[in-house]
Amino acid sequence: MIKTCDVAIIGGGPAGLAAALSARKAGAENVLILERDSFPGGILQQCIHNGFGLHYFGQELTGPEYAQRFIDEAENTDGIEILLDTMVIEVHGDKSIIAVSNKYGLVNVQAKAVVLAMGCRERTRGALSTPGTRPAGVYTAGCAQRLVNMEGLMPGKKIVILGSGDIGLIMARRMTWEGAKVQMVCEIMPFSSGLNRNIVQCLKDNDIPLYFNTTIVEIHGKERVTGVTVAEVDPKTRLPKMETARFVECDTLLLSVGLIPENELTTAAGIEMDRVTSGAKVDAARQTSVPGIFACGNVLHVHDLVDNVSQEAQIAGENAAKYALGTLPVADTVKVIPEGGVRYVVPQQLVKGEGNVALYFRVGSAYKPARLTVKCGDAELKTTKKQIMTPGEMEKVVIDLGKVTGDVTVKVEEA
Amino acid sequence: MKKEFICISCPMGCPLTVWEENGEVLVSGNTCPRGKAYGIQEFTCPQRVVTSSVPVRGGEQSMCSVKTDKPVAKTEIAKVLAAIYGASVKAPVKVGDIVIPNVDGNGANVVATRRVLDRKK
Ligand SMILES: Cc1cc2nc3c(=O)[nH]c(=O)nc-3n(C[C@H](O)[C@H](O)[C@H](O)COP(=O)(O)OP(=O)(O)OC[C@H]3O[C@@H](n4cnc5c(N)ncnc54)[C@H](O)[C@@H]3O)c2cc1C
Ligand code: SF4
Repeated sequence: MIKTCDVAIIGGGPAGLAAALSARKAGAENVLILERDSFPGGILQQCIHNGFGLHYFGQELTGPEYAQRFIDEAENTDGIEILLDTMVIEVHGDKSIIAVSNKYGLVNVQAKAVVLAMGCRERTRGALSTPGTRPAGVYTAGCAQRLVNMEGLMPGKKIVILGSGDIGLIMARRMTWEGAKVQMVCEIMPFSSGLNRNIVQCLKDNDIPLYFNTTIVEIHGKERVTGVTVAEVDPKTRLPKMETARFVECDTLLLSVGLIPENELTTAAGIEMDRVTSGAKVDAARQTSVPGIFACGNVLHVHDLVDNVSQEAQIAGENAAKYALGTLPVADTVKVIPEGGVRYVVPQQLVKGEGNVALYFRVGSAYKPARLTVKCGDAELKTTKKQIMTPGEMEKVVIDLGKVTGDVTVKVEEA
Repeated sequence: MKKEFICISCPMGCPLTVWEENGEVLVSGNTCPRGKAYGIQEFTCPQRVVTSSVPVRGGEQSMCSVKTDKPVAKTEIAKVLAAIYGASVKAPVKVGDIVIPNVDGNGANVVATRRVLDRKK
């Protein structure tokens, strides 16, 4: 199959759907979404708990409901086509795309602009290199989430969870509600990267203990997991203190140890990457180092709130449409540089111009209270104080582009 | 009796102490009024939205996600889960379709949260 379009979008999750809608609104005549799954909606399909959309829709929705609003709108918009069961295997600088599909065979797409919206995947045991045998019963929390919520299958009855990220916390409650016994959640850090809300409503509500500075040093079992050895770690070196090691019986170990943007296509296309975010480097239009290729959502940097994904995707979609129509202005760029407690900032570059621009960033550890300073050379563009900033929450600051004359620094320090 | 909570209304996570005195519910440890409201709610009647999924007959997917359309009292969660455990739906299903009416005896319905079309389109 050969297709041409103004804007091609890779991934039909919340980022891809929102990008498609705004590209169409911004004047792209035909927009094509390529999605490898049999249904649109991305990861939200399996996130059946509520808490989505508070910022974007002003009401609390479940993941599938949030996705369905965008799916409905996309399906009812002329000029947006969604190809399901279609996996993109190559993207090129000339905006051509190669995909394979068991429905359509080989699919060749020539677009004028491309939006990358492939989302992220979970870190697995391999990435952690936990010693021990290789029995069945070790899952990522997201994989278990899909099995329980979408296939109606229970991965096990007695569970230990490693990592206190939100997906692990949500799954602790979900497994308990489905009749399993969750023995404990182990977190190697002295704090959780998950939301307070999830610690309270998922763990405390169900009397599930959460141990900080604690990790799993060995997995036991031949065919199936029979237990794990849990040990405290030295808070400074994070090396396990073997004298604290103890055996905890379980038949299932869930890993909730972080997400990695799915960027194989991006790097293969020769797009410049940010080592901290593991996503592409972009300007405020969410355009990558390859002109006409844009990125948004979890493929760009891991978001904790889908509301922010939708907003970012709108920016990418709108500018992809402008690029396709030849109306995206080209101008000098300056760098945005993280300083002090700031781990990264997106966008990494700004195109000089007019108007306001929002910078999104994360801190590396908790600041309570925090002082934020945005500078351009010696000129202070913005300074604010906030009661608290934590690594688990993405922060945002809006600056006046008109005042940007050179590189911009974003700094957080203890106030 | 004094009860301890962590306020979840913002990332500060203030530790709250809540107790009753002369018929009035009092909160300490909060930094702002939202914390007080949260403390009173948790003390007097903690409520949660329950989410789960139920099997679908004849659908292009085998499971359909569901939720209670209102928060239910925490003490009713086990009962609500038991009711959901025995339920199933027949395709096609739309977002908002009622799966179990008045599941908690207090007006909360279990409703579908995703669309499931017929298997043969
Ligand atoms: C397991 C898990 C649980 C999460 N739980 C929550 C939560 O509870 N609350 C919350 O706010 N956020 C949660 N998140 C984050 C949430 O996923 C994001 O907010 C949001 O879904 C990201 O949207 P996205 O469109 O960028 O990515 P996704 O939703 O991941 O969508 C990406 C889409 O791209 C498709 N795709 C990827 N590669 C290709 C390719 N080569 N060709 C074609 N299609 C491709 C995928 O199939 C997928 O449909 C979770 C993330 C994960 C991984
Ligand atoms: S009391 Fe106020 S400041 Fe403290 S956690 Fe609650 S909402 Fe945040």
